Amino acid sequence: MAASAPVLRIRDLNAFYGESHVLHGVDLEVAEGEVVTLLGRNGSGRTSTLRSILGLVGRRTGSIEIRGRETVGMAPHRIARLGVGYCPEERGIFASLTAEENLLLLPKVGDAGMSVQEIYAMFPNLEERRRSPGTRLSGGEQQMLAMARILRAGARLLLLDEITEGLAPVIVQALGRVVLQLRERGYTVVLVEQNFRFAAPLADRHFLVEHGRIVDMIPRDALSSRTEQLHRFLGV
Amino acid sequence: MRALFGQLLVGLINGSFYALLSLGLAIIFGLLNVVNFSHGALYMTGAFAAWMGLHYLGVPYWGALLLAPLAVGLLGVVIERTMLRRLYQLDHLYGLLLTFGLTLIIEGLFHHQFGNSGNGYPVPELLQGGSDLGFMFLPRYRAWVVVVSVAVCLASWFVIERTRLGAYLRAGTENPRLLQAFGVNVPVMLTLTYGFGVALAGFAGVMAAPIYQVSPGMGSSLIIVVFAVVVIGGMGSIFGSIVTGLGLGLVEGLTKYLYPPAASTVVFIIMALVLLVRPAGLFGRQK
Ligand SMILES: Nc1ncnc2c1ncn2[C@@H]1O[C@H](COP(=O)(O)OP(=O)(O)OP(=O)(O)O)[C@@H](O)[C@H]1O
Ligand SMILES: [Mg+2]
Repeated sequence: MAASAPVLRIRDLNAFYGESHVLHGVDLEVAEGEVVTLLGRNGSGRTSTLRSILGLVGRRTGSIEIRGRETVGMAPHRIARLGVGYCPEERGIFASLTAEENLLLLPKVGDAGMSVQEIYAMFPNLEERRRSPGTRLSGGEQQMLAMARILRAGARLLLLDEITEGLAPVIVQALGRVVLQLRERGYTVVLVEQNFRFAAPLADRHFLVEHGRIVDMIPRDALSSRTEQLHRFLGV
Repeated sequence: MRALFGQLLVGLINGSFYALLSLGLAIIFGLLNVVNFSHGALYMTGAFAAWMGLHYLGVPYWGALLLAPLAVGLLGVVIERTMLRRLYQLDHLYGLLLTFGLTLIIEGLFHHQFGNSGNGYPVPELLQGGSDLGFMFLPRYRAWVVVVSVAVCLASWFVIERTRLGAYLRAGTENPRLLQAFGVNVPVMLTLTYGFGVALAGFAGVMAAPIYQVSPGMGSSLIIVVFAVVVIGGMGSIFGSIVTGLGLGLVEGLTKYLYPPAASTVVFIIMALVLLVRPAGLFGRQK
């Protein structure tokens, strides 16, 4: 784990959708180059945590620092420009844009953006399908596209929400290889996952989310001894 | 024969204005989710801007063609920034009510200043006269209106469908929050889109000035038909609004030739039929 200042530091985050209070004091720190997961049952507040980081919830209080910059109160487009990339749970591929337009849509949010060539080397299917309307792609291809576009934009802090959901095992494996490559290249990744077997070998630390709070943290090397606790927590 | 082509030409002219106006409405509705009722009043403002420019400042038609849409666009930017922006979280109905109120105010101001009667606006010298095509007489200015309107519509369509700027607009129309979370300054996009949409109305107003009388009521009589066009074409469909605008103009012209009494209602009859058969409009996506 890197010793440098955290890329993401969340303190006492509370988030609201209108009247409903969904996060109740989230605390979370992620260091540069770390891969962490947010694990929890349905409705525990993992998606809301990611959406709060981007300013996509109704209201939030507390502190969210990205590379030392306070972002509570910042407009979403400014937050993104700090180098944050987001893969939403529903993938967010634009139907009225071709695959390639989706890929090229995002403005640069950092100068480490991958070139289109690198992207197509990493995700060969996308090149073949580049002229198809975005939502005509298969689920797996759409997920690849959702990842590819934030990598092209140059994001270095990636917020990935359930990227394996509903995908065939071979695609899940391919995504696993992609996340490993990103890890090797020093990206910082916050992974929301249901699929613990996918997440376990990828992540440095696992945060357990319950009722809109982070209730525990399991580092990679404690995983084997705490599997049972984890399974109980996730209800599997 | 000459009568038929004459009516079709009138239809095509009207259709050009329908297309320009419904295009702006479609773009605005698509991105801002606002039914811009003040579109007709801003079209009228464009025509008056040209007329006032000519009479008070000596700005010729060609200058007005550039300056009047710019002025109307700026007015739009101010309207969006100071008023419309506050309503995005609410139901469409509020945007409609606000822009309806603005329409009354704008039209009221022009009534107060200029009365009800129409003011003529001369056809620019370069476009006076016309040519006899054998089957009809084609006034040069009218040919100009049709060609320029179609060109402006096609250029807008091209920009929206084929360029990066257009990709922003399409993506923003689908999911503005997500687009903003990707780093695009959506609030500014909304302002500029509203400005552009109403600038198109101002542009149509200048084009219309030499054909129709410039009067405070000129927008409200047109806008009702334009709303019908938008409903028929499909709310928010760019291509649909262009094709439907021109097409319905022609249908009106044809009706005037075949059965004049129905000419002013045929559009509404078509609207009712389309609503029964395809409620999302001819080119709209069925929800
Ligand atoms: N737009 C919204 N408006 C109101 N409440 C919401 C909204 N989105 C989520 N919630 C509520 O917030 C709580 C946390 O939801 P969240 O989506 O963050 O959970 P999650 O951990 O991502 O679970 P999952 O994705 O499996 O449903 C839930 O109780 C949910 O009902
Ligand atoms: Mg979720």
